[in-house]
Amino acid sequence: MPTLKEMSHRPERLTGGHRLCAGCGASIAVRQVLQGTTEDVVVGCATGCLEVATTIYPFTAWKTPFIHNAFENSAATISGVESAFRTLQRKGKIPMSKDVKFVAWGGDGGTYDIGIQSLSGALERGHNMVYVCYDNEAYMNTGIQRSSATPLCASTNTAPAGSCSVGKAQFRKDLTMVVAAHHIPYAAQASIGFWNDLVKKAEKAFAVEGPAFLLVLAPCPRGWGFPNDKAVEIGKLAVDTCFWPLYEVENGVFRLTRKVPDAKKKPVEEWLRSQTRFSHLFKPGCEGWVEKIQKHTDEEWARYLEMDGKKIF
Amino acid sequence: MSLKTWKEIPIGGLILEAGNAESYKTGDWRSQRPIVDHEKCINCLTCWIVCPDSSVIVKDEKMIGYDYDHCKGCGICANECPVKCITMKPESDFR
Amino acid sequence: MLSAPVKTIRMALTGNDAGAEAMRQIDPDVAAVFPITPQTELMHAFAAFVANGKVSTELVTVESEHSAMSATVGASAAGARAMTATSANGLALMWEIVYIAASLRLPIVMPVINRALSGPINIHCDHSDMMGCRDSGWIQIYSENSQEEYDNIIQAVRIAEHPDVLLPVMVGSDGFIISHAMEVVDIYPDEDVKKFVGDYNPKYGLLTGKDPMTVGPLDLQDYYMEHKRQQAEAMKNARKVILEVGKEFGSKFGRTYGYFDTYKLEDAEYGMVAIGSTAGTAKVTVDRMREKGEKVGLLKLRVFRPFPGAELVHALKHLKGLTVLDRSDSFGAEGGPLFNELRASFNEETHKPLIRNFIYGLGGRDINLEDLENLFRKTMDMVKTGEGAGSSQYYGARGDE
Repeated sequence: MPTLKEMSHRPERLTGGHRLCAGCGASIAVRQVLQGTTEDVVVGCATGCLEVATTIYPFTAWKTPFIHNAFENSAATISGVESAFRTLQRKGKIPMSKDVKFVAWGGDGGTYDIGIQSLSGALERGHNMVYVCYDNEAYMNTGIQRSSATPLCASTNTAPAGSCSVGKAQFRKDLTMVVAAHHIPYAAQASIGFWNDLVKKAEKAFAVEGPAFLLVLAPCPRGWGFPNDKAVEIGKLAVDTCFWPLYEVENGVFRLTRKVPDAKKKPVEEWLRSQTRFSHLFKPGCEGWVEKIQKHTDEEWARYLEMDGKKIF
Repeated sequence: MSLKTWKEIPIGGLILEAGNAESYKTGDWRSQRPIVDHEKCINCLTCWIVCPDSSVIVKDEKMIGYDYDHCKGCGICANECPVKCITMKPESDFR
Repeated sequence: MLSAPVKTIRMALTGNDAGAEAMRQIDPDVAAVFPITPQTELMHAFAAFVANGKVSTELVTVESEHSAMSATVGASAAGARAMTATSANGLALMWEIVYIAASLRLPIVMPVINRALSGPINIHCDHSDMMGCRDSGWIQIYSENSQEEYDNIIQAVRIAEHPDVLLPVMVGSDGFIISHAMEVVDIYPDEDVKKFVGDYNPKYGLLTGKDPMTVGPLDLQDYYMEHKRQQAEAMKNARKVILEVGKEFGSKFGRTYGYFDTYKLEDAEYGMVAIGSTAGTAKVTVDRMREKGEKVGLLKLRVFRPFPGAELVHALKHLKGLTVLDRSDSFGAEGGPLFNELRASFNEETHKPLIRNFIYGLGGRDINLEDLENLFRKTMDMVKTGEGAGSSQYYGARGDE
């Protein structure tokens, strides 16, 4: 694992001049994940904030080869690129000594929902690629609509809090486990709040033979409702409240990579109060939801503690 | 930047100059800019790894300043700096 | 019997096998496979070639047709020669990516085994699938029989990859009627086909290019139109390239191809335009009617996109009456797609035949020799009385007569 100083010598693969919002978690995720390898990378990206803002014709912020195809097919598209790589190497058109890393990006929309088929297929086929989901917990590029990654009670524009609605009525989908159940060599959950943990995981993901998956929490100032300078801090709070456990599943063995000690564990209420998408929970008429979320968080955390170190797949 | 004709641009929407977004100056989005106190700075490079816009300039493993052509003034660097040597000042002070 | 400059092997093959044979000889770098009746057996045959080392193709067994075209796009954008095959709803499912493949200017070749689009679900032949895609920017070539399917797929690679074109090509052939029926096909030697298609060395490729490039950016209002204008120009260039490749194919393999074939049309008074296997049946009808002294003739259209309007007008304008057969409908349009585009091409002509349209054969509804003779008679009636001129009717749906 290189130090930040060592990493600072490496060329930036994503330039400034892209048009993501000031303080966006997604580009932080990109810069940190791509520190996981020094090899050439080919980047695929689903339609969404990241793709749209980094490639407004005639500009591209990518210094790597980059392909955007459509919204739901980042994994399938990179499957094709990776397959081409193998053939071209076999035919001698690309030297066998050349190592290229294939990484497909998608937001939670393009990964959990419309993109899940494409992701599942690519994982099942065993392509040598990394899939990274930058999870901002809603369809953000189209203006904050709920996805299956949206947490319980979050207010979005298609499931807004209102007099007869508490916001999203379902807990978020546990995608990392769904992915791990594909029996791929490496799947991990990370957060931009902990770059060290994230880069370590990215390194493992890129080093693995076969498919690897990273789910990276990428807080969104616009969609979650917090000041521009707080994305990394919120990314830490998510972990410290155990709302967003940091873990990896390596060859089927589950391991928490940050075991938040009980003493340091922050109440989920702090997490909820930090973002206006949950502000309705603290108004009259919404009693009981914070407790429900705390209970669920505690139960999940206890379950993860129980699983820690065990072979689950 | 003058708009090109269909005969002048590559086919297929291809962009052949990698990273040419650098010529798009998002620096003018700023309403505040980070100013670093180099005396207090410990060169931990935390600001560098958390910048969404690749706008922290590091040379020889030292944080030497900002790429104000691209820095959007989000303030994450100031918020995350462990020694609080970065302050956000109004952009109007500098224009 | 054609005198082929190369030594051919005469084989009894189904259309799907002929298509697979063409793919075997092309030996694409990457192919994506997903089944849909009646295309399925084409890729089964190809998958067997892969499994037995007869090709060096990386076969991607995707989980849907949307992913089939997505992976094919990825591979082609990477700089590899990439193919896939489909029918009907598979084509419909990949529709989004079909447009993208053309806009990215990727020379993908895709056999489409023509089948009716649902609903109701129907696995049999009509042209609604490929006709539904006619605006997508793909070159569209139709085959009458297995020989043509085989020949067209081979030529498609050269057409698609031509530097003035760089557009994907779909090669249609009738589902079940051709795909599953055994015919005699002349297969050319591997080496000659390999030489004809040539090695693929694209100018641009994610993996093969010198410098990194971005594929598939966001266009705002300021550039989308220019990118589309480029596609239109490529389609224009394809007109010449299709003929050049068809001529070269003829000199190498003995069968020359153009936009269409005519059969006893030059001195005909009553003509029929058809696409696909029906044209084969119609040739027999023409022969039988000619024996009785009827001056009938046929035009079998091969290339629908780009539409060879001027050439069609030139070949057909001498006729007194013309019937256009459409094996698909465009609901709400006044006639099927072939009728409407052909009729529009005639618009500026002062001397033109009376034209009428029949929508036939939907969902595999059979059309036989008697039917085609019947349709020629309706053409003659139209010329005699004017009845039906400019009209479009369904032929063969119970309840209309």
